[in-house]
Amino acid sequence: MKIAITSVGNSPNSKLDSRFGRCSYFVVYDTETSSTEYIPNPYKENVEGAGPASVELIAKRGVKKIVSGEFGTKVKSLTDSLQIQLIILKNPEQSINEIIEMLKH
Amino acid sequence: MSRPKRIRKMTNPPHFKGFRPIGLQEENNPVVINYEEYEAIRLCDFELLGQVDASKLMDVSRPTYTRIYESARRKVAQAFVLGKTIVFEGGKVYFDSEWYACNYCGCWFNHPAKDEEIQKCGLCGSTDIAQYEDETLTNSIVNNNCNT
Repeated sequence: MKIAITSVGNSPNSKLDSRFGRCSYFVVYDTETSSTEYIPNPYKENVEGAGPASVELIAKRGVKKIVSGEFGTKVKSLTDSLQIQLIILKNPEQSINEIIEMLKH
Repeated sequence: MSRPKRIRKMTNPPHFKGFRPIGLQEENNPVVINYEEYEAIRLCDFELLGQVDASKLMDVSRPTYTRIYESARRKVAQAFVLGKTIVFEGGKVYFDSEWYACNYCGCWFNHPAKDEEIQKCGLCGSTDIAQYEDETLTNSIVNNNCNT
């Protein structure tokens, strides 16, 4: 299963980005192969519609879970219909590595 | 042409397909209960809400809610008396998934795969989870009551 995590940088030590639509990078982690992929967010500077556009971008890659600090109002109805689970982490100090470790449970 | 039906909002559909009477061999034509009718019975008779509050949760008017609820009760009665199978199917609804909180890692998550029961946290896999009370929803109901 693929899981997307929002990140402020493109290394495993980067912190979680607390915004979903306008995060700097998406980290796509594959639980089967334990591989990670860093995708720069092309919608970072969008005035409007960054959330739905980001959902579309990562849904195309077959992501089933998204971990972020918060989600905008337009995102939830879209992810509900795409059967993508949203996970909100209120602790912005966690690094991508730590989150991936938690996902391995 | 009649006015199109308003789309009813519901939280969780039943995670099973229906009911079958005990001791009857033949399966005569089943009673089909829509998801909206199931939700009406759940809100009114399981959550013990008043019809006004329940109608707001389903995002329909109070008279419409009563019509849905009445149709649901009649179908249940028909199934009981005639020994018919009940099938949950169809209906004009959209799903609004609820939020859960994990007591182990402190995250919040929702559960869009409605037909499966939720058992563990999506992040850390802990089973120590609780349904998160949606304050904004409860607040909006309280506010609506103040306005009317």
